[in-house]
Order: sequence, then C-alpha cells, then structure tokens
Amino acid sequence: MPFEYAPAPESRSIVDIKASYGLFIDGEFVDGHGKSFKTISPSTEEVLAEVAEADEADVDAAVKAARKAYDKVWSKLPGRERAKYLYRIARIIQERSRELAVLESIDNGKPIKESRDVDIPIVAAHFFYYAGWADKLEYAGRGTDPQPLGVAGQIIPWNFPLLMLAWKIAPALACGNTVVLKPAETTPLTALLFAEICQQADLPPGVVNIITGAGGTGQALVAHRGIDKVAFTGSTEVGKAIARTVAGTDKKVTLELGGKAANIVFDDAPLDQAVEGIVTGIFFNQGHVCCAGSRLLVQESVAEELLARLKRRMSTLRVGDPLDKNTDIGAINSAEQLARIRELSAIGEAEGAGRWSPECELPTTGFWFPPTLFTDVTQAHRIAREEIFGPVLSVLTFRTPSEAVEKANNTPYGLSAGVWTEKGSRILSMANQLRAGVVWANTFNKFDPTSPFGGFKESGYGREGGRHGLEAYLK
Amino acid sequence: MSDRIDVRKTYKLYIGGAFPRSESAYSYEVRDSRGAFVANAALASRKDARDAVVAARKAFGSWSARTAYNRAQILYRIAEVLEDRRPQFVQAVVQSEGLSSSKAEKVVDAAVDRLVWYAGWADKITQVLGSANPVAGPFFNLSTPEPTGVVAVLAPQESSLLGLISVVAPVIVTGNTVVVVSSYDRPLPAVNLAEVLATSDVPGGVVNLLTGSAATVAPWLAAHMDVNAIDLTGVVGDAALATELEVAAADNLKRVRRAPAVEPDWSADPGLEPMTTFLEIKTVWHPIGV
Repeated sequence: MPFEYAPAPESRSIVDIKASYGLFIDGEFVDGHGKSFKTISPSTEEVLAEVAEADEADVDAAVKAARKAYDKVWSKLPGRERAKYLYRIARIIQERSRELAVLESIDNGKPIKESRDVDIPIVAAHFFYYAGWADKLEYAGRGTDPQPLGVAGQIIPWNFPLLMLAWKIAPALACGNTVVLKPAETTPLTALLFAEICQQADLPPGVVNIITGAGGTGQALVAHRGIDKVAFTGSTEVGKAIARTVAGTDKKVTLELGGKAANIVFDDAPLDQAVEGIVTGIFFNQGHVCCAGSRLLVQESVAEELLARLKRRMSTLRVGDPLDKNTDIGAINSAEQLARIRELSAIGEAEGAGRWSPECELPTTGFWFPPTLFTDVTQAHRIAREEIFGPVLSVLTFRTPSEAVEKANNTPYGLSAGVWTEKGSRILSMANQLRAGVVWANTFNKFDPTSPFGGFKESGYGREGGRHGLEAYLK
Repeated sequence: MSDRIDVRKTYKLYIGGAFPRSESAYSYEVRDSRGAFVANAALASRKDARDAVVAARKAFGSWSARTAYNRAQILYRIAEVLEDRRPQFVQAVVQSEGLSSSKAEKVVDAAVDRLVWYAGWADKITQVLGSANPVAGPFFNLSTPEPTGVVAVLAPQESSLLGLISVVAPVIVTGNTVVVVSSYDRPLPAVNLAEVLATSDVPGGVVNLLTGSAATVAPWLAAHMDVNAIDLTGVVGDAALATELEVAAADNLKRVRRAPAVEPDWSADPGLEPMTTFLEIKTVWHPIGV
C-alpha cells in the first residue's frame, strides 16, 4: 500500500556553487600545483564543481601556514579569545544552516531532513561546546597547565562531511592547535564553504587550512614531518596504513574507523520502538555510518513477529531526491560505494542468505540502493563480518543473553552496539559485556557534542566529543 | 663454611598460574652486575609467547568482571607479600642491578609503595575518568573507562623490580591481563615477583611472565591478533625495533605505548598515563521517560 506524496523539494537557490575551487591556505583560496577533480551530485551525477587536488608542495604550504599561525598567533592567544572565535563560527553556522544543509545534501546525497535536522545542528553545537572549553582546559582533568600539540593533520570521510569536520576542528582549535584538514574526495563542498565561514569570522590566517584531494593528498599530509598529530576518520584499512606510517615518530594519533555493530533485540523489548531503532540504526544516512546497526540480533522467540513488523515499516521508507523533505533514504554517495554494496549483497545471496527489499522505485540517474535485509545469516557469512556501509541489514538470531553477547562481540570491530529490552538490569549487564565504545540502549544512532564517541579494537583509538575528546589535542 | 650444599632455584616462566620451563627447552645464563654466573633463566620462545597470550585471554573475562574493590585488595595483597619478602628482593636487586644494599632497600620500598598506590586506584579511576554527559535531549548518558584487554608489556631493561612493577601494576589494576617480557639481563627479580603473584590471590593468567629477549619474543606479541595493546618501554634505545613493533602492532590496531627516549626515572610520580593508555571509554545512552 504505497503512500502517495506530493514532492516537497527544498530550494537549491540558497546555495551558490562556484565552477571551480582552489585550496584554502593561510586564509586565502589559492590555486593548487596539482591537477583538479570533479565533485558530482550522487543523486543526479551532474558535475557540481572542479576542485583542486593538492600535491605534496601544496600540503607542505598548508602545513607551513599552520605552523606559522601556531607559532605566531594561535598558541599565544589566551583561551578566552580562542573561545570567542569558535563561538563566532558556531553562530555563523547557525545563521547559514539552511545553506549548509542544502549544500551537504547536494554534494553528499543524504536526505535534507537529516542534513537539516541532524548534521548541521550538531555541527553548530559541537563548535559551541568546544568553544567553552578553550578557556577551561586546566579543569579538564589533564593537569594544571595542559598544552596544545602544535599542527594537526586531519582527514575526514564523506558520510558526514561537515559534521566530521566539526568533530576534528572544534576540539583542535579549542585546545590551541592549528589544523590542516582534508575533506573526502567526493564531498569537499561544505568544507570549502566552511573556509569562507572562517573568513567571515576573521579567524587568523593559517589557523584552519583546507586542502582538497584524494588518497595521495592524505598520505602526503600524514607523512609530513611538520605535523604533530594525525586525526583520521575512515576505513579500518586506511587507519592501519596510517598507524604504520606514523610508527616510530612522535606524532599523536586518533583513529575513528569501521564497525559492524550488533543491534540486539530481546523478546521483552517494545517491538514497535525496536523497529524504529533498527530502521534508524541501519537506514539513517543510507547506512553510510561507521556505527550503523548492521547486524540485527533478535531473540528467536520474537524473530518472526519482529521481522514482519520491520518489513512493513521498511515498505514505508521513501528513497529518492535528497532535497525532497519526504525522503528517508537518499543517494549512495558514489558509484564506487554502490558497486561495493552491490558486490557484498550479491555475495550474501550466493552464500545462502535470504534477500528482501520492499517494492521500491529508484530514480534512473544517480546512485541508488533500496533498503535491504538478509535473513538466515550466519556468523561466517561475509555480510555478517564485513562492513557494507550501505542500507543493508543482516539478521541473526539468538536464544540466551550470553549467546547474544558472544555473537555481538564476535567481530574485530568494536565501535557501537544496541540493546532493546524493558529489563533495566539486563541493559546494564549487556552494556558491561559488550566490547564497544558506544552502547545505545532502547535508542540508536544518537550523537551529542558532550558525549564521547570512538571504538574498541579495530574500530580505532581515541575519543571524539566530550571532555574525553580534549585528550586527543593536548599534551 | 658449612658443609651443606645449598639448594638452588630453577628460574622458570610464569604462564597461566603455573611455572613451566620454556617449551623450547632453551635457557640462557644470567650473570650478576659483576659478571659472575647466577643462574640459567628460561629463554622464552614464540610458542611460550602464544601460550601466554592464550592464558591472558582466558583470564581476562573473569578478572575484568571482578569488582574494583576486589582487584584493589589483590593488588594490596601483592604489596603485603612483597614487603614480607623484603630481604629476598633487596638481595635480588643488589645482585641484578649492582646497587648498594641501602639503595636496593629504597628500590624495594618504592616498589611496595607503588603497588599500594595502584591498589588504591582500582576503585577510583572510574570516578576520575568517567563522566555523566549532559546531552541535549532526554537521555541518560554515562561514560566509564574499561580495560582494553590483553596487554603485552616489554618491561624496562634496567630497573628490574621497581620498573617492572611500574609497568605491570597500572595495566592489571584496571582489569587488563598481561604478558610481560622481563629485562633480558636482569630477569631474576621478575621471576621472584611471579612467585609473589602466585601467592597473592592473583588469578592464574592475569600476569604471565616471559624471561628472555624482547627482540626475539616481542615481534610475535606485537603481531598477535589476540593482543589488544603493547607497551614498548623495554625497547628504549632501539629505535629500529620500536618502529618495527609499532608497525606490526598496526595489524589489529593495538594501542601502543611508545618507548621513551631514555629509561624513565621510576621514582617519579607516574601520573595517570600508564593506566589511561590501556583503557577504553565506553558511553551508554538510555532514553529518559515515563
């Protein structure tokens, strides 16, 4: 019973995308020495802009600008003054929130309701939160005279482009560091708009430098001798490569990597709420979420009932134009990512799991994948072990709490987990036993600047957010 | 001079609460600070290292699940038993490190005091590092530190007792389990300490001791996929080995405590870092409502 909706598109007129963008170094947009690349809209495949690809010389220039700004300006500025710059940035983000949300949805493909109601508000909140820390660092529990590290090299992914920028830049600046940040190759535009916001805020030149590029640019940044800190969010594979690159140096590293979270539903859980949580867990942001609840572990006695309700709910999800306010699931971020999701889903079928998607009309241009679930998944299946990073849910069952814990922890990852039960003591017991950095009980995929986020095991190390997030940028 | 021939001790490894010889049946000569032969120590092999990891993993679940109060009492018990054997350890430190008796006494006293200090941390570290987070919504949100898991520790080469305790105690007090490689030239105080651990209610497998060469054993520990973290303190001065181990540790993203430039002054206040490096912050969310 498909619902009929009239389209409710958000206007694109608020954004002004330039034909080409340079690199933001030392407070100015400059031409890079390298080639350029195109960033496209994943929902239409239209070319949005040409963006400079920073080469080693550009990375070097950016690091030098950051060093100069650190030595001459930022490290000498009292915390209370740094705070005011960060408050200014937070305010400008709030003022320009609709523009940022629309641009994010165009470049990334995520639904406007998510960029508008989740990403951008948390971006502003993150700057606002860390602004307040800048002049209170001696109360952060890290001694009476905590010191910044120097220049931070920061590399962020494409799934939450501006939010990941905020998670990196806000605490770094609050602690007195300067930064060179590389946004993801497929989603550079909001970071470049953020550079303009830094100009509007009169942030001293060189404190924030934004260099666009692909893997090679990132490698040059990580390997640069002039940086004191590497902060990376992205795949576990690249995270390991970074850990190897910095081995033997004094560079401090934080890594926020992949996940394969278990979302555990007990038989006493409020099933309709659990269904909402499962949907949020895996279909939020097209499943392009490192902490996505990609493994549903459901207690055998309610599995049938839960799956029926889940399928009915999935049938109401609307896939399509990211700028339509009705859209629940937007575009897959890139052709490459779509190919990976298709490949792993095909493997899931080939290995014997049962594949199901609701009737779902997909647009003809752009990159799309319907919400999908697999039943009869075993722990040995690749779709139960590997991060798919798409709207694909693997369903497994369990009988006892200890079996649920064992299955949930049976992964090299350890980023997040979900527990659904009405029994409080069981929640606390599960939370104790789950080897994951974030445990959502009777909720899922909630984020807040005050709440530390980060993983156990191969999901990386260090925390972002909260008082704990300061540790990554202080010595 | 008595006619009696003294009974010498066989110095063995300590794995899973037992004292095995190296499965390789290799040993090496340990000499005192003047170069005189003291004993043969077991030369731990790759297999011993793997056995030690298995024992440490097996012990992790129950050790980390114990109450902090219980872990505190056990660490305090180690201090009690060490103090009780003070003359033995003074002699061992004199023999290993070539210190005067009075200096060795200070070292042993400091080692006992350090255990007492760490014992007290067991039920306080969570309060110092944890937080209740005021999220912008109706949610209970609590962050607490949890142990990382199995930690490989390369103990300092010079400080055979105080240094050893200073790298092992902070790891186990928070609920981790340990595979520690002792000083190569000065392993005997470590084996004596293992005998203290074995009689201090420390469950078997919580601390596993390998004597022998870090350069030989550590690469296997650094690359072991069931080890969660590694402390490189013992490879001070060997930058190439330290880098090799850090690269190997990246295979499963072990938490790495890098080697300091020179062996630290073990009499200094350790601060929290020896504990925090091997802790994970876990954050639990729950809605608030009626």
